[in-house]
Amino acid sequence: MISEEQVRHVANLARLGLSDEEVARMGGQLDAILESIEKIQELDLENVPPTANPLRLTNVFRPDEPRPELDRDDALSAAPETSDDLFSVPRID
Amino acid sequence: MLELTAFELAQKIHAKEISAREAAEVANTRVEKVEGDINAFVTTTPDIATERAERVDERLKNGGSDSVNLWETVPLVVKDVLSTKGTRTTCGSKILEDFTPVYNATALEKFGEDLIMVGKANMDEFAMGSSTENSAYGPTKNPWDLSRVPGGSSGGSAAAVAAGEGWWALGTDTGGSVRQPGAFCGMVGLKPTYGRVSRYGLVAFASSLDQIGPMTRDVRDSALLLQAISGHDPNDSTSAKVEVPDYLSELENGVSGLRVGVVTELMNAEGVEPEVRAITEKTARDLEEAGADVGEVSLPHATYGLPAYYIIAPAELSSNLARFDGVRYGHRATASGVHEMYRRTREEGFGDEAKRRIMLGTYALSSGYYDAYYAQAQKVRTKIVDDFRSAFRDFDILISPTCPTAAFEIGDKVNDPLAMYANDICAVPASLAGVPAISIPGGLSDGLPVGVQLMSDHFTEPTLLRAAHAAERASEFRFEMKP
Repeated sequence: MISEEQVRHVANLARLGLSDEEVARMGGQLDAILESIEKIQELDLENVPPTANPLRLTNVFRPDEPRPELDRDDALSAAPETSDDLFSVPRID
Repeated sequence: MLELTAFELAQKIHAKEISAREAAEVANTRVEKVEGDINAFVTTTPDIATERAERVDERLKNGGSDSVNLWETVPLVVKDVLSTKGTRTTCGSKILEDFTPVYNATALEKFGEDLIMVGKANMDEFAMGSSTENSAYGPTKNPWDLSRVPGGSSGGSAAAVAAGEGWWALGTDTGGSVRQPGAFCGMVGLKPTYGRVSRYGLVAFASSLDQIGPMTRDVRDSALLLQAISGHDPNDSTSAKVEVPDYLSELENGVSGLRVGVVTELMNAEGVEPEVRAITEKTARDLEEAGADVGEVSLPHATYGLPAYYIIAPAELSSNLARFDGVRYGHRATASGVHEMYRRTREEGFGDEAKRRIMLGTYALSSGYYDAYYAQAQKVRTKIVDDFRSAFRDFDILISPTCPTAAFEIGDKVNDPLAMYANDICAVPASLAGVPAISIPGGLSDGLPVGVQLMSDHFTEPTLLRAAHAAERASEFRFEMKP
């Protein structure tokens, strides 16, 4: 069982605010989902390597050549708040 | 004009029998007429469609048909998860309600500056869902039955094409999101090989699974749209450096001698309805009559795909969605400190399913649980890749239902995540293995379309399209515009 305390801990890791009602509901839902996922534990996969990319691509390199990137005005255009050509955020606490 | 497929329309525009502007106006008029019932779009762009169509006509007039690719002439519906320069891109989320990208997705760039875009199609928030009910912009209705879902997450793209609000659409598929809505709306949905189409400018959900794919009236239209969007892109390091073949030239070569395997585990997967199984068997028989060698094939780990997917996809999305923090784009909540700002921004901006999957993914990746969940799921993925590899030694095409049922009622599953996820059981194995898969309409069950899925080995889309075309021709089903 996932406790409310665990739900709050994971939500904090994800920087995700949840109401008390959402915290109460989330525990049960995550439990149910995790229980349905337990099926994969029945497989013995001890010496099986993991797959992260279905084409098994590794180390894709490109030439190290300078090229133009997004210009500053474009990059800042969607920001909620900017100052002095920078992204601006509330006090770092 | 609404009776034509995209390919037929493109040919007529090329031959100057119809102008692109006329086609854009027909699409715009149809949108005005049916959109109130369907809600296929988050944003419609009628002026963009007509202005750019005029420019296409101008280029055709000045440079002739050689100066314009066939696919550039037909109005396109674009899922609202693809970045469109100057047109807002919401991903179905409140957190991006006012977000306007500053560049285009590569798949759209392939159409040049004159992409005749009808609008940005509705979707489950950040492509998480199988019904398009998880959208901050209201659910999309299935044009075949307005009380039912169009499937998801590319439900807006599917409903728009089924309702004639454009001739074809781009969707995205992470665990079935092009194929399943295609199946529910009586049309073709193609998920290309992972890496076939650049993901640059596709707002990431699960980066090792996401692919952009065509959603069309028939198989030929899918071949043409795939031709448009395929190819390596230096901006996406996971896009493949594999030559793009001609997807149209082999289409009518038939299936004589092709080895087709019916996937036992997916035919008998939990929840697959007898009518759906019967329609899939009928498609296999059609292919046999057309000259294919049909047999049974086993993918022993196929049904472990669903639980593995529901670890890998949330794990990847929980990190991908970390970028929505109120700093560089999107919604920002008012708060005195930065941590409180992050938490409140995300609390206010994300819907229920996004929150649930962020929690699930963060949990699966957190200290103490990583090996049991994420690492184990990645090993299951290896077994599934190996299953496909071994199946493709004996077969060219694998066949299964696209999903266990036809379209379900709006509201039926939206509060039951497990029931919703179960819908993806036949679609996720191909996603995890990265192989191409197409859903074609196999027939009707109680008046609703049922999809049949065909899969083939990495980068063998020409064979896949050829088999799908043969099955489509043998089927009694023909695309019908609804309502």
